[in-house]
Amino acid sequence: MTPARPHDPLPSMARRERVTRIALYALLVLGALMALLPMLWMLSASLMPTGEASTFPPHFLPSKPTIAHYRDLFTRLSLGRYLFNSALISIVVTFASLAVNSMAGYAFAKLRFRGRDKLFRFLSAGLVLPVQVSMLPLFLLLKNMGLINTYWGVIIPGLASIFGIFLVRQYALSIPDEMLDAARVDGASEARIFWSIVVPGILPILATLSIWTFLATWNDFMWPLIVLSDESHYTLPVALANLSGEHVQDTELMMAGSVITVIPVMLVFLFLQRYYIQGVMAGSVKG
Amino acid sequence: MSKLKIPSEANTAAWFFLTPALVLIGVFFFLPVAASLLLSVTDFDLYGIANPGNTRFVGFENYSRLLRTPDFWQALKNTFYFAVVGGPLTIAVSLGAALLLSSKLVRFKSFFRTIYFTPFVTTLVAVAIVWKYLYHTRYGLFNYALGAIGIGPIDWLGDPHWAMPAIILMAVWKSFGYNMLIFIAGLQAIPEDLYDAAEIDGASAWRRFFSITLPMLAPTLVFVSVITMIGYFQLFAEPYVMTQGGPLRSTTSVVLLMYEEGFRWWRMGYAAAIAFVLFIVILLATLVQFRLQKERT
Repeated sequence: MTPARPHDPLPSMARRERVTRIALYALLVLGALMALLPMLWMLSASLMPTGEASTFPPHFLPSKPTIAHYRDLFTRLSLGRYLFNSALISIVVTFASLAVNSMAGYAFAKLRFRGRDKLFRFLSAGLVLPVQVSMLPLFLLLKNMGLINTYWGVIIPGLASIFGIFLVRQYALSIPDEMLDAARVDGASEARIFWSIVVPGILPILATLSIWTFLATWNDFMWPLIVLSDESHYTLPVALANLSGEHVQDTELMMAGSVITVIPVMLVFLFLQRYYIQGVMAGSVKG
Repeated sequence: MSKLKIPSEANTAAWFFLTPALVLIGVFFFLPVAASLLLSVTDFDLYGIANPGNTRFVGFENYSRLLRTPDFWQALKNTFYFAVVGGPLTIAVSLGAALLLSSKLVRFKSFFRTIYFTPFVTTLVAVAIVWKYLYHTRYGLFNYALGAIGIGPIDWLGDPHWAMPAIILMAVWKSFGYNMLIFIAGLQAIPEDLYDAAEIDGASAWRRFFSITLPMLAPTLVFVSVITMIGYFQLFAEPYVMTQGGPLRSTTSVVLLMYEEGFRWWRMGYAAAIAFVLFIVILLATLVQFRLQKERT
């Protein structure tokens, strides 16, 4: 995207293109370095012996790589427990919300019932409400239900999402009505139709939605911070924020904790990115 | 469609599919939002939690107290600073990256795209901790790099003037990848022959950008601005982890203030008023964006 320079003594097109191409690649590589640098440093510092990350001039690679901090985290600081909590909550929310949202999204897209459009507009309007507005009364409600400081307190508010319903509905609109009607004529039950026609038809958006939900639940901080007061229930982000207060000087230890927190979501993303990226791009064009 | 006679069977099925989602969203989202409005006109606090009978109706007392509290104005100012500077910066970086990745001259696009998108999927709390160390005045990489070109050292998170820019920088890094994807999709939707025609007419690259790319991208731009801004007004985890709202409250956001008032001091009526002001601010900002867009076209 460099501007053309009309005063150049007519450089050959090929040469100009080559210069532009080199400049573009330079920018791309520079950008990639900047995108990755914080994560690379995190990984490197997590393997440094205590104190090495706080030296001047800074070391970029560990002089003597060690996994002592990782061992410390899992033995002394019960990181395994938090890892388990995060995994449990994220997996339950992902699968349960997938069922809830896909059913509702399908109903809004393909089933006829009185007040459907009004109801959908009402729900969509809820998208502009910041979730923080619901947090104070939600806390009191869950407290009355005895769910504060339990896994359920984190899971239940994540089980249905307006955004998820919206996403599924947009996608399910493209299922041909004739297919559904033909199945009805053949006497298939509504549940059967949903399971064997609708679900296979909307599989791509379900993949996107489940990755999205998993990442969002894993990375969520504010609500778990509010609901979980007892350490044994902490998710990784809450535990990490708590640790960083106590161990502010232990740079290498905190980096190891950050690596453990980030790696699961990175793996999920790297293996399933095709679905994820396509979903984000497709959803945005329609949305 | 709605005029069609609705078979009752389909009706029952619809409610069977809808009920779980509607009950959950109703009970755990819409009901609390409505209750929040009620809560904000009471003096519900620690005594109210112990025994709801201790709660009194106070009218708009919470709101008027809010407007008289310097801490609230400070938080509002900080949040606007973050959204108004960070938002456009994020969008500019996203658009730049998207243009770079849409150039016909480069290959390995999906490789670079994945790298650029990676920061977005990382855990905010974890990377906020990482950046906190990168910003370290003596040992941090940023000051080391700046020192190499003769600048600094900057006390990034300890200086009230630098703390918010530091948080903005991190937020841009963390979130530009998402907008970038949306821009790439938007760019792909622009018909190629528009560019071909312009090139034949001798339009420069700048000219093509301003008279084809940008106007064609306008709807995407609005969508991205609104999404980004709504997200940025909810700033919370970055200051919570990196600065605890300091130094001198220079990074206390509206949501952080709400959290402190509501869940640290348990002044829940007061905190509910803060949450509602946040909602109104977001709503107004969204409307303004749409209005601006309408005027431009």
